[in-house]
Amino acid sequence: MTAALALRAPQLMTTPPLLTMTGVSRRYGDVVALDDVSAMVYPGEVLGIVGESGSGKSTLLRMMNLEDTPDAGDYRLALPDLPGNLFELDRFARRMLCATRIGIVYQNPHLGLLMKNSSSGNVAERLLIAGERSFTALRGRAREALDASEFPLERMDARPIELSGGMQQRVQLAKAIALEPALLLLDEPTTGLDVSVQALVLDTLKRLQRDRAITMVIVSHDLGVIRTMADRVMVMRRGRVVEQGLADQIFQDPQHAYTQQLVHAKL
Amino acid sequence: MTIATLTKPWEAFSYGFLDASAKRELRRRMLKAIAVPGCQMPYASREVPMARGWGTGGLQVTLTLLKPSSVVKVIDQGADDSVNAASIRSFLSKVSGAAETWDTLAATLIQSRHRIPEERLRADQVLVLQVPNPEPLRPVEPNMSVARQMHADADYGRLWLILYEQIVRSGRIMQGASYPALVNGRHVMTPSPIPRWDLPKLHMAQHLTFLSAGREKRLYAVPPFTRVDPLVFSDVPYKVEDHAALTCHRSGVTGYFMNEIPQGSGGSVFELSDSHLGIKVIRRAKGEDVALGATWYENGKMPQ
Repeated sequence: MTAALALRAPQLMTTPPLLTMTGVSRRYGDVVALDDVSAMVYPGEVLGIVGESGSGKSTLLRMMNLEDTPDAGDYRLALPDLPGNLFELDRFARRMLCATRIGIVYQNPHLGLLMKNSSSGNVAERLLIAGERSFTALRGRAREALDASEFPLERMDARPIELSGGMQQRVQLAKAIALEPALLLLDEPTTGLDVSVQALVLDTLKRLQRDRAITMVIVSHDLGVIRTMADRVMVMRRGRVVEQGLADQIFQDPQHAYTQQLVHAKL
Repeated sequence: MTIATLTKPWEAFSYGFLDASAKRELRRRMLKAIAVPGCQMPYASREVPMARGWGTGGLQVTLTLLKPSSVVKVIDQGADDSVNAASIRSFLSKVSGAAETWDTLAATLIQSRHRIPEERLRADQVLVLQVPNPEPLRPVEPNMSVARQMHADADYGRLWLILYEQIVRSGRIMQGASYPALVNGRHVMTPSPIPRWDLPKLHMAQHLTFLSAGREKRLYAVPPFTRVDPLVFSDVPYKVEDHAALTCHRSGVTGYFMNEIPQGSGGSVFELSDSHLGIKVIRRAKGEDVALGATWYENGKMPQ
């Protein structure tokens, strides 16, 4: 037994990355939002993106969700039947990809939810876009997804507008994970929630990540959130990646002057 | 040479009221609409001597289809004798010389608001429905440019969301009129505010149906023998209104779409919504020789 272990070659990272972005640039007029940004996310990993307001972190996330097209760059997801640069997909393929393979939670629930519909209806919408046409199945799967995001099921038919901020984020989360996406994007998911609710939502996210090994990209300006969630961290400033590495490495031994400032500025 | 020799003698209006170029444009749109069943075609909606929202879309299509040998019937909520129906009918006959009728069997051209006659339409008849809002996606997508993209992508998932919400809230589908339907397996249309009862009549029908919205400047068509499938969940079947067992208090017939008429006593009686069918049944009972056509519904059921 020990001999067999000793003979085994060192375990290297052999799985290819799930998400590969190379050389993504985007300008809005004179403003450079992204300047030659590259990123990689491995399956089951959580990538944290930190940076000040206007550093391009949300733009990058929007690119990952195919909501915007860059001026230059390449974006690939290592999924079957998805070869080539995703930025070159047509509108319909984009829509289907976003609906079925990528889940997103926005900071502002109004962006991600239909406020006039019920919470379960919001989750069911995703399933409907994917082609589910059985009422019983819709109801069952909506209930499952809401349960997984720890939403109180007795309120599943309440409209999101009647719910608290934390609950709204849970509905968004349920909607995002309803189709078991390959990639979950979180855009400041806990900003605007009070600290205790923030902790509960992060707990749910952590548990989901542990149970389902979902690949996540989380954008936040809150280092606490990134420290809790992320395996690897990317620090962005003025549209560029200034430093990246394992979370511990970044937080314990920041190299770049801006990162040092950021880490030490934490209250 | 005088101006008078170069021009046509003065006329009150051109044949069929609309000028030739307007009719030509409408005809081209109508042909296009037939070629792509259920797809909304934009057209330049003209002024007609009637306010927008009173059936101007239907009127323009009817005026384009008119010829002196036409026999026109105009229905308003099932009735031929309402002010609106009577005025449109007399206007049509005045500008074209077409004959007027109340009888579905005699008509060649039927303009209707909110109902399809109970008697089966034939291949030589054309039905024109007035549509207030032609866009089925409006409740789920207020941006019409995006809605058009959704039509192009056949991205109709959200329409089921409306039905989902109704079942969750009320335990059943509450959509009473304008029930969205998939035409020819491709485009979802709103069939104008006809009741659910009338929607199956469009499925694989022998007649041609035009639906036209004057204010929204859109027209679409259901050609003969075209599939019209109401949107349903796979485990919640399509249900028409519960009128199969109701009896008309005037003509005594059972099994058709009825209007409920409240009574002073607090109760209510029912009356056949297709008023001329009721009239024919009564006249027949009095011994007159009146022809009744075959109806879509038989004993309150639509044969499959």
